[in-house]
Amino acid sequence: MTEPITVVTSPVRLEYRYTPGVAMSRFLRHIAEGEIVGQRCPRCSKVYVPPRSGACPRCGVPTQEEVPVADVGTVTTFCVVNVPFAGSLPLPYVAAAILLDGADIPITYLLQEVEAGDVRMGMRVRAEWATPEERTTSIDHSIRYFKPTGEPDVPIDTVLEALLSA
Amino acid sequence: MSVEPLVATHVLEYPYTRSVGPVIGRFLAGLKDGRIEGVRAQDGRVLVPPTEYDPATGEAVTDEWVEVGPGGEVTTWAWLAEPRSNNPLDHGFAWALIKLDGADTALLHVVDSLDESAMRTGMRVRARFRDEREGLITDIEAFEVEP
Repeated sequence: MTEPITVVTSPVRLEYRYTPGVAMSRFLRHIAEGEIVGQRCPRCSKVYVPPRSGACPRCGVPTQEEVPVADVGTVTTFCVVNVPFAGSLPLPYVAAAILLDGADIPITYLLQEVEAGDVRMGMRVRAEWATPEERTTSIDHSIRYFKPTGEPDVPIDTVLEALLSA
Repeated sequence: MSVEPLVATHVLEYPYTRSVGPVIGRFLAGLKDGRIEGVRAQDGRVLVPPTEYDPATGEAVTDEWVEVGPGGEVTTWAWLAEPRSNNPLDHGFAWALIKLDGADTALLHVVDSLDESAMRTGMRVRARFRDEREGLITDIEAFEVEP
């Protein structure tokens, strides 16, 4: 007679269709073309990258003006990741909030080609794009990571000012 | 540029492992051996699926095990005309409560009936075991309608 079973494994699986909405879809289609395009609020003039559902979350008005921004920016804050998960990158690695030149809100992205201990607030970084053939409307496929440009750091006071006004 | 919103298919999936305890553990081991067993409650009723405590009284069950089925009676059912990919059969079937012969409570399982019109409360069904069994409730592939 078989010994009593002690544990069972029940896979939990959820298949779902996700739509990012009109504004984010426009952003992602630009990404597939190798361009980073935000939206400017007509009232407070802040440039949101990526656009927030096509409206300014602060003013509550539609953001219809599209504004190309640079693929170069400044690390405002960052997180050193030391906890692995299935399929994770070699540890430690850095996820950084990056304020792209021309944008008012930072995006969060992976930093590479730099030791975790060398990352600084104010560090200048650039997008490492995938080839045009590899790029899709998924940002993960299109921008591999950001890496240091080697330019001098932005002064910390300027970074803090940007953080506070974001 | 197109203004149609993008749509992507995502899958969220993770394995979830749970311990089953001594009573369900023995029940599952029985299924692996191609046998359905219930446990006797203190008042003499046979509980299938077995539990550690009698749900009617909260008392601990006895340590007496009773083989039941493999035939039984449908006590209630719901027809599922269009199964999803994660359902146990790829054609229409019934979820049913089945009171196995020798049991006093009913087990939730699948009735593999050709169509809904063949389904009746009180109908006779019989467990169809898989050839390769792992000690899971799915070791019973489905219940077939008895001729």
